[in-house]
Amino acid sequence: MTTEIMPGLALQKVDERIMTLNVGPQHPGSGHMRIVVQIDGDYIVACDPDPGYVHRGEEKMAEYRNYITNIPHLERPVIHDSCNVLYPYVLGAEELLGIEVPERAKYIRVIASELNRCIYIMYWLAIYGIFLGHSTMFMWPAGDREFLIDLMEKMSGARVTHAHFVPGGVRNDLPPNFEDVCLRQVNYFEKRIKEYAAVFYDNPILISRTQDTGVLSKQDAIRLGTTGSVLRASGVDYDLRVKEPYDVYDELDIHTNVMKEGDAYARSRIPWLDMMESCNIIRQALQKMPKSGSVRTKLKPNPKTKVPATVYKRVESGRGSLGCYIVSDGKTEPYRLKLSVPSFRNLIALPYLLKGEKLGNMPSVYWSLNYWPVEADR
Amino acid sequence: MSTETQPSDVISKEKPTPAKKPEEKPVDLPAFEKGLSDKITEKFGDKIEVAFVKEDRVRINVGRENVHEVAEFIRDELNFDHVESVSGVDFPKDKEIEVVYHIGSYTDSSLSRQILVLATRAQREDNPIPGKDATILPTLRNIFYSVEFHEREIFEMFGVFFEGHPDNRRLLLPEDWADLPPLRKDFDSRGR
Repeated sequence: MTTEIMPGLALQKVDERIMTLNVGPQHPGSGHMRIVVQIDGDYIVACDPDPGYVHRGEEKMAEYRNYITNIPHLERPVIHDSCNVLYPYVLGAEELLGIEVPERAKYIRVIASELNRCIYIMYWLAIYGIFLGHSTMFMWPAGDREFLIDLMEKMSGARVTHAHFVPGGVRNDLPPNFEDVCLRQVNYFEKRIKEYAAVFYDNPILISRTQDTGVLSKQDAIRLGTTGSVLRASGVDYDLRVKEPYDVYDELDIHTNVMKEGDAYARSRIPWLDMMESCNIIRQALQKMPKSGSVRTKLKPNPKTKVPATVYKRVESGRGSLGCYIVSDGKTEPYRLKLSVPSFRNLIALPYLLKGEKLGNMPSVYWSLNYWPVEADR
Repeated sequence: MSTETQPSDVISKEKPTPAKKPEEKPVDLPAFEKGLSDKITEKFGDKIEVAFVKEDRVRINVGRENVHEVAEFIRDELNFDHVESVSGVDFPKDKEIEVVYHIGSYTDSSLSRQILVLATRAQREDNPIPGKDATILPTLRNIFYSVEFHEREIFEMFGVFFEGHPDNRRLLLPEDWADLPPLRKDFDSRGR
C-alpha cells in the first residue's frame, strides 16, 4: 500500500476500516522500540516491529578499540546481564590470543554468569508483572534482585555494569568469606522466588490473560530461529549450557526446563524455572570450586592476535543463545566484531504471534518474548 | 587455540579470513566435522572451498552464483534448520564484501554443537548507491526463514542488496539516513 517517493518519505493509502497505530518508541509498554500495528476494531491484522531507537553502533565502536578496552562498552547492550553479554566475546578473544584460563576463574565466571542471569530475569519479571497490571509482581522481584546485586557488588565492586570478565579470567578474586554469604543469599533467594507461584504463576487472572495467547508451535519456533526461553517454551530441548558446554558447565549437573504449550504463559514460566536451576548451579559450583589459586592469566598490554583468524563463540544468556563472531587480522583491534543477540533473533516471532490477537493482549505477548530492546539494537 | 598456524596465512596480511584447504595440513581433523565437510565437497566439488574444519565449526566459502544451491543442500541433506547470525565483513582491498551465515540445527541432536559457517562474497562499489548498484547477493530467506531481519540489517549496514528478499527496508538506522552504509571500512566514525 505504500509508495516511497523519497528515502524515508512514503505515501500510504488510508484504509477506511484498518487503523494504523504507532506504539512507541517512548511508550512505556513497548520499551525503547516502535511497533507499528494495524488494527481492525480490536484485532491486530498486521504488526511491523521497528527497532533501532537506541542503536549505538557497538560493533563499529569495537573496531577502534583493542581487546581490553572493548570490555566496558560491549556489556552496555544489556547492563543487567552484563557478564553473559561479555562472555562470548571473552571466550573468543581468549581463543584468538591463545590464553589459558585458571580453573578457579572458570568457576567464578560460572557463578557470576548465573547470578547475572537471575538478576536479569528478575528485572524482566518485574516489567512483565507491571505491564499485566500486577503491581506486587513489580515490587517483589525489584526488591529481591537486591540480594544478588549485593553479591555481585561484593564480587566485582560494581552493582550493575561489572566489567568483571576479562580475556584470561576475571578481574578480581572473590572477597574473603564470599562462599558462605553467597550460599546463604542464594538459598534465601530460592525460597523467596518459590513464593511467586502463589501470587503470580498460579494466579487465575494471569493464567486467563496469558494461556493460549500468542501460541508459537514447535515447527515455527525452529523455522524462525528463535532461541532461549521462547524456544524451550515451545517444546525444543535446547540449552547451550548442556548442548555445547563452555568453561566448566560440563562438570555441573544441569536440568533443562522445557514446556510444550508455546503460549505466553509457558514463555513467562520458563525463565522463573530457570532461576531455580541457576540456584542449583551456583550451589554446585561453590562446592566444586578450587579454594585458592590464580584467577587471571596476565596479559601483555595491547595484546595482538597471533595470526589472522576468525572465531564464533556462543553462550546461553538470560534470553537465549548469544554469539560473538570476531574477525581478526593480526592487529591489536578486532577487524570486525559481530554480536548475534537473542533479542534480535526472537523479534522475528513478534509479527507472527500478534497477528489475530486482541490489542489488549499485546503487552502479554510482547513482553513474554523476553525481549530487551537495547540489546536488539546494539 | 586459533587454528590456522600455517605460515602462508601470515603472508596474506590484508586478508583476515584464512582460506586454505585443510587437506594440505598434517593436522588430524575432528572426524564428525570432517564427515560434514566431505559430504559437501563430494556434492559440489570445485564450486566450494572448505576454509577450515575444527572442533564444532566447519567453514565453507562459496561463490555468489552457487550459494543458493549449497544452502538448499545444507538444509535438506545435512539437517541444518536455522541461521543464528548473518555478519557482513568489508574488504576494501579485495573490492569485496563478505557475508557470513552461521547455520545451526535444533532438530538433529547430533548437530546441536555444530555451527556450519557459509561465507560468500559480493562485489563492492566505491561509491555505493544501496540497492541500485552491483553489490547484489541472492537472498537465502526462502531457504532459511530466520535470515529475514539479519539480511535487512546487512542491507542497511553494508549496502548489500539481497535479490528476492520480500522486505528490503531499513531496520535499525533512521529512515532518512543519507550517508554511507556505516559498517563499511570507509565510514570512519572518528570525527563525525
